[in-house]
Amino acid sequence: MAKIKGDIVVNIERCKGCEVCLAACPFTCIAMSEEVNSKGYHFAMKVNDDCTGCSNCALVCPDGVITVYRAKVTVA
Amino acid sequence: MEEKFAHPELRTPENLVYKRTDLLVDCPLSYCPGCGHGVVHRMLMEVLEEKDIASKTIGVNPVGCSVLAYDFMNIDMLGAAHGRAPALATAIKRLWPDRYVFTYQGDGDLAAIGTAETIHACNRGENFTIIFINNGIYGMTGGQMAPTTLPGMRSSTSPYGRDIDIMGHPLKITELIAQLPGTYYVTRQSVQTPAAVRKTKKALRKAFDLQDEKKGISFVEVVSNCNSGWKMTPVQSNTWMEENMFPAYPLGDIKVNGELVK
Ligand SMILES: Cc1ncc(C[n+]2csc(CCOP(=O)(O)OP(=O)(O)O)c2C)c(N)n1
Ligand code: SF4
Ligand code: SF4
Ligand code: SF4
Ligand SMILES: [Mg+2]
Repeated sequence: MAKIKGDIVVNIERCKGCEVCLAACPFTCIAMSEEVNSKGYHFAMKVNDDCTGCSNCALVCPDGVITVYRAKVTVA
Repeated sequence: MEEKFAHPELRTPENLVYKRTDLLVDCPLSYCPGCGHGVVHRMLMEVLEEKDIASKTIGVNPVGCSVLAYDFMNIDMLGAAHGRAPALATAIKRLWPDRYVFTYQGDGDLAAIGTAETIHACNRGENFTIIFINNGIYGMTGGQMAPTTLPGMRSSTSPYGRDIDIMGHPLKITELIAQLPGTYYVTRQSVQTPAAVRKTKKALRKAFDLQDEKKGISFVEVVSNCNSGWKMTPVQSNTWMEENMFPAYPLGDIKVNGELVK
């Protein structure tokens, strides 16, 4: 069976921890890290495997730090 | 840090669906976390990239938080004195009519100190695009009351809330300039949700497309947050904006093809 699977890459050092991307994700894929980056911000990170690569998070990110990938994968 | 749900195998050029455009300089933006300015910058640069007009576009940055837009937008830009961006853009467009020209201005810049320049450029029907970021406050200087500040809204110079009897009414400058014969396309958008961001990008695209028709000003207001000035978290500020700014500044097209939208 073919399924759409997505992945995001957050530029951790550029993330300002604003949390605007969290609410934009339809699948609650993003949460804030416990750790902080060198500026002291908690950063956005993927916390489940439900991402479809819809790009919603990347669109609303004020700093444009999210890159999105999407592919059709075959699952058993 | 180990990325638990990472899928490096998916991260190939063929699978890439979204990345920050290269027309934004690869440096951190100076804006506060969660500020809408960054989203508008990115949508604007995406439109120039998709139209392939970056080398033919000249922007005018304002005074305000986005005074540094020239550091972030990798295109030719000129800085105007506070509020004078439409006057400078007029000169640029008249001298170089084949260039795409825009101003990018805050509400303090466009609707306070620059009211005269805004109204006259709109009334003359100049052929450039005005991008107006309305966050209801002077963000850069510490959150003072602007003409656009809502009734009852707190700012550093209206700490008990804007009192209409003393401080006057909010200025809906976008509705005002829509009445002028020199404006051809006037719209009000926002950038706090994915759907809103997509609409803002469409509006910006239309505004630049219209410069080819030379029918007058295309004006895109974006109602945006200033979470620092409003003293809220970014997420709170977006909710506050939806509940308070949007009723006063309703989203949608105000003038299309030179006709007011009823
Ligand atoms: C001639 C002049 N008067 C006043 C100022 C101070 N000043 C700098 S930015 C600003 C207002 C900015 O507010 P806005 O245009 O709404 O931009 P924002 O920072 O909210 O995006 C003011 C009054 C100045 N720089 N020059
Ligand atoms: S791309 Fe879509 S599904 Fe994936 S994390 Fe972002 S918002 Fe969520
Ligand atoms: S929206 Fe962008 S800057 Fe804000 S937390 Fe998410 S990734 Fe970080
Ligand atoms: S002060 Fe307000 S407008 Fe300026 S960068 Fe911060 S949040 Fe944005
Ligand atoms: Mg402002």
